Amino acid sequence: MLQVKNLTKIYDGGVKALNNVTFDAPKGQFLAVIGLSGSGKSTLLRCINRLIDPTEGQILWNGEDITAANPEEMRRIRRKIGMVFQHFNLVHRSKVLTNVLAGRLGYVNPAWSLLNRFPKEDMAKALQQLERVGIADKANQRADELSGGQQQRVGIARALMQDPEIILADEPVASLDPVLAHSIMKHLEEINKKDGVTVLCSLHFLDLVHRYADRVIALNEGKLVFEGLPSEIDDKKFKDIYGRDAERVG
Amino acid sequence: MKEPNKNEKKSSPWKSLGTGLAVLAGLIVYAYGFQITKIDLEQLRSERRQESLVRVTRALAQPDIFEYEQVAEAFTAPVYVTCPADGGIVEAPDTSGPYVTVTPSCAEPGEMVTVEGFKFVPNSSGPVRFVPGSDPTNVVELGNDTATTDADGSFAVAIKLPKRPSDEVQFIRVTMRRNVGTPQFTQTARDTWNKIIETVFLALLATTLGTILAIPLSFIAARNLMKSVRSPLTSISLSLLGWPLGIAVGYLLVSWVGTLSAPFAENIPVNVLFVVLTPILASLGLRWALPEEETSKPNKTTQILRLIVLFITVLVAFYGLFQLAHLAINVGLLGIAGLGSLAFLGNFLFQLGDIIAITTPVLGGLATGSALSSFLGRTGQRASERLAPSAIRLLNILFATLAGATLFGLFGWLVEWLYQIGQSVYVLWGPLIVGGLLGLVIALITKPKDTLSTGMVIYYVTRTILNGLRSVEALVMAIVFVIAVGIGPFAGVMALGLHTIVSLAKLYSEQVESIQPGPLEAIQATGANRLQTIIYAVIPQIVPPYISYTMYRWDINVRMSTIIGFVGGGGIGFLLQQNINLLNYRAASAQMLAIAIVVASMDYISSMLREKYV
Repeated sequence: MLQVKNLTKIYDGGVKALNNVTFDAPKGQFLAVIGLSGSGKSTLLRCINRLIDPTEGQILWNGEDITAANPEEMRRIRRKIGMVFQHFNLVHRSKVLTNVLAGRLGYVNPAWSLLNRFPKEDMAKALQQLERVGIADKANQRADELSGGQQQRVGIARALMQDPEIILADEPVASLDPVLAHSIMKHLEEINKKDGVTVLCSLHFLDLVHRYADRVIALNEGKLVFEGLPSEIDDKKFKDIYGRDAERVG
Repeated sequence: MKEPNKNEKKSSPWKSLGTGLAVLAGLIVYAYGFQITKIDLEQLRSERRQESLVRVTRALAQPDIFEYEQVAEAFTAPVYVTCPADGGIVEAPDTSGPYVTVTPSCAEPGEMVTVEGFKFVPNSSGPVRFVPGSDPTNVVELGNDTATTDADGSFAVAIKLPKRPSDEVQFIRVTMRRNVGTPQFTQTARDTWNKIIETVFLALLATTLGTILAIPLSFIAARNLMKSVRSPLTSISLSLLGWPLGIAVGYLLVSWVGTLSAPFAENIPVNVLFVVLTPILASLGLRWALPEEETSKPNKTTQILRLIVLFITVLVAFYGLFQLAHLAINVGLLGIAGLGSLAFLGNFLFQLGDIIAITTPVLGGLATGSALSSFLGRTGQRASERLAPSAIRLLNILFATLAGATLFGLFGWLVEWLYQIGQSVYVLWGPLIVGGLLGLVIALITKPKDTLSTGMVIYYVTRTILNGLRSVEALVMAIVFVIAVGIGPFAGVMALGLHTIVSLAKLYSEQVESIQPGPLEAIQATGANRLQTIIYAVIPQIVPPYISYTMYRWDINVRMSTIIGFVGGGGIGFLLQQNINLLNYRAASAQMLAIAIVVASMDYISSMLREKYV
């Protein structure tokens, strides 16, 4: 159970990226976050694993306040929060396997991981995750030799290595074509439904939201402007979320 | 609205005037430049300079590399000075080999005779001398003529007979030098070879040492990595206190371990035994104390037990290091005595052992210092999270004052050591009080729960030191090191190495600053700590630029090492300077050629490697 309470983020330049956002994400839910570019979706997701420190407000995760955690506690909390990025954020020059194993860094002893040593179980687990996303044969290739869709699968495998209880997906399909988008979303859906992992996913396309999300929250200029079922987004709500000039596509 | 045509430019008289003035100003600048740099072609035209120039250029064009072994063969022909009564009849020469004739075979002093030679080696030359007295092997020679054979091996020289009249027969001696065997390297070439090898290795060592030390420095000189490093004041002051304390304790402790290993210093089997045993023990200890993976938090007893085991393990490891040093020294000594021409391998081992023996206590000190400082820092961090603000304030005041006093006290000690002021008001109590007050003020103005950006402070301090040292030319550093370790390549290695560290650290850190932030973010999000983030997200990204900068630096170091010898830093520069000063341009030319070849091949190799690995 993730509870976000009165979350506000003001950047150094004075930009208010999040303005008093409050919502809950029950365990096992597929929650979509929608909104225009610059509406605060990425900031919101990054506040949850504290890649960005929020200015005010609380984030409670299973009752523990993430915003008050010290660095050591944060390491423990982060390893249960997987993250998938729009630009995949793989380490290009490393092997696919190394990229996936990196998901285990929060668990392994820092001293050993400095020597690039991972326990045998982790190696097996990494191959298993690559198998799960269908690219086990690429394990020993360099990450930048893979296509965009394959790279995102590596990103998902890396998140899965963390044994996550929640996955934050920051526009995971925005830089992929529609066919690939669905295959990636299906992986996320499967992880959500089979493993019971909560997924918090920011999305651009409403048809993807309708197809995959259990619930939707919408941000506009940092404010929460909608919270409800995907089917509840009618034309009026749509204009509230995306502005008056917006038109529905797809 | 009509868009203005951009090509349509109005030509105004003012604009032309402006251009004219700019050209005029440029001319004046250049005219002054000519005056300042003393450009004067009159010098070039003077005959004396042209002659020297031609001489030097010709010498430079003939590097002193090959030579032939030469044999000198002397041939004599009899001659009478003042013709005797019988008209000076001489024996006919043996015409089976090279022979010399004089015509006429007698003449008055001061008269000219023609000396002819036949069947000599073509195109060789040698002196033609008059040998007084009746002994053809007499070493006394008169005259100043030279014979040069033509393509057939013959020559004819007219010489003037000296005023040495005698009744007996005298001789004309022709000494012909000819090259025998295959061309050989000259002494200069051999010296140049020795020194150029020294030069290349000097550059290699300086570059390797510099690179190894520059890499960690480059991380703390990178803004993007250091910016997020913030810690509360309690943690900062405690870790500041931890450094000197840890270094002192660690140094003493490891030195003590060193004395423990001294009794077995001479015994190679014991050395080997320890060198094999200690890593096994250490790795066992490490494996137990640092489990590879942990999903739950261990309890206090386990933690303390682990700490103790880790401590013992580290001591065991240091004991092993000392034994390794003894082993290397002993085996090295054996090698020096018994390996003959491969004795340099023994020497390498010996020196390596010596280096390990000297650096181990220092390493121990630094390791303990960093461990204690990070432990205390973490304790401070925890304390400032858990305790009440008023308690933190109290701790801050206490520790910040102490840390400030310690830091300034150490600084004062350094000042005392450097300048020998000898007044404790300035170098002991003054700094202690000022530092303490400074710490106190900082503790009073910081809010108890605030964090200070330690990262940026470290960043600026590192940057300042790097920039300061970088602005000192390697040549100047070499002068200092020549004083410290004596004339020779070692001083050159130290100077070039230091310069390499500081300049590479800067170049590297700029590469770290320009990496993609995405992977960094992703690795952080997995729960990796700072060091893991560097290893997994930063290092893979910076490998290509690091390699190419290291190559570039190697290139620079090879070129630098050719001139570092000018100030006594070893390498080929010493020879080059010596030969230039001795006006021995042919030798200097050989050295310049060697430098050119090395630099060019270095460039070629580095571009090849870059293509392959980057």
